[in-house]
Amino acid sequence: MAHIPDGVLSWPVLAAGGVAAAAAVTLGVRALDEQRIPRVAIVAAAFFALSLFSIPLGPSSVHLLLGGLMGLILGAAIFPAVLAALLLQAVMFGFGGLTSIGVNTINIALPGAIAGMIFAPLVAQADVARAALYGGICAACAVLGTGLMVSFSLYASSPDFAASSRIVVFSYAPLLIVEALVTGFCVSFVKRVKPELLARARSA
Amino acid sequence: MSLSSSLHVQRETGLIEALDPRSRLIGAAILVGAIVSLHTFTARFAALGLAIALVVAARIEPRLIVRRLAHLEGFMILLLIMLPLTVPGQPLASLGPLTISDRGVERAFGVVLTVNAAALCVFALVGTLEPIRLGRAMAALGVSERFVRLFMFVVRYNGIFGVEIRRQFESMRARGFRAGVRRHAFRSYGNLAGMILVRSIERAERVDEAMRCRGFSGRFPMRRIRPMTLADGLFAAFAALMVIMLIGLDRFA
Repeated sequence: MAHIPDGVLSWPVLAAGGVAAAAAVTLGVRALDEQRIPRVAIVAAAFFALSLFSIPLGPSSVHLLLGGLMGLILGAAIFPAVLAALLLQAVMFGFGGLTSIGVNTINIALPGAIAGMIFAPLVAQADVARAALYGGICAACAVLGTGLMVSFSLYASSPDFAASSRIVVFSYAPLLIVEALVTGFCVSFVKRVKPELLARARSA
Repeated sequence: MSLSSSLHVQRETGLIEALDPRSRLIGAAILVGAIVSLHTFTARFAALGLAIALVVAARIEPRLIVRRLAHLEGFMILLLIMLPLTVPGQPLASLGPLTISDRGVERAFGVVLTVNAAALCVFALVGTLEPIRLGRAMAALGVSERFVRLFMFVVRYNGIFGVEIRRQFESMRARGFRAGVRRHAFRSYGNLAGMILVRSIERAERVDEAMRCRGFSGRFPMRRIRPMTLADGLFAAFAALMVIMLIGLDRFA
């Protein structure tokens, strides 16, 4: 649902998303220490593989976005990581959209980056139980942020989408709950097994 | 669970294969850019026809096309249901408090045509490209070398983690894991994700050390991309012609 296809959004929205994504990805890549690119990239690959895993939910299933968790672990590198994942998805499965790739990158990565920036220091310092709670809240904020941004992308594109854009936000509710729970448990696991993954926050 | 190796997606066959990855990437961007700018139904139908022709030229299995389009429709269903009900216009039919407007139906139908035409174009031109070749094409087109390097790692290791996830999930099932809306299930997924991330950073450290041992210079040697051929020139002319035709049809038909 977070992947808006080609042919839905208007040109101004697509252009704004493209410019914002180009700037954020450039900054994200520049912020990476040359030595650390392989490490960050391999962790980014793990995130992408995890997002392809579908979690059955009642009659349907959900795919995790993992924005909050990526924000916690990858920091600003979330922007190039999400763009690489979306590109790979376009070639592997042929979907996602070419003109909308910038908007989709920002919609997924920006809320994750902001939530990660706020919660990473808290998670790093907290004990296991609190870290899990913060992790869950971080993931929920990121999903909510993505839902709102997808909704806004539609709303800003055409007045015809106004009503639909309000419904879109609610369609994120199941994912928000699942993602908060899974991320919370995941943070709890990582905090016990390899706390430095979360402690070094932006240094993967 | 849908996991597949990212190194080999599908064998490339057909006319599209003769084209350079760069021309396919740019061609797809230009065609899709034109398709999403169309407003009339005549032009949109023409675009869909063009997209179908490209898919046929790429010789993609129909089964794959149906699966990928079905994936797309998930997003579209919402717009398809909402647009006829919410866009103001002449009422066509009403059901209790709900009214279907003519302009809403028109709008929904237009979006469906455009989205599918664009998706088929991307599918035919980019979806048949091996990920490694996409990386090389991006590098040749002047995309930041650091980003291309990151992309190449994601291509390389996504498949490996996919296999790891599948293996771990199978052992979870062997130990009696049942999916469902239960606390235990979510805890298990969380542990699975956590374990994959922990293993990924450990693998990343090993890979990093191994690369340094071998004197990694900080750049991947990129295979020289072969020069454009006559086929690329013909494709460029074809794409330009199609763009002019579609826009012309949109304005004047």
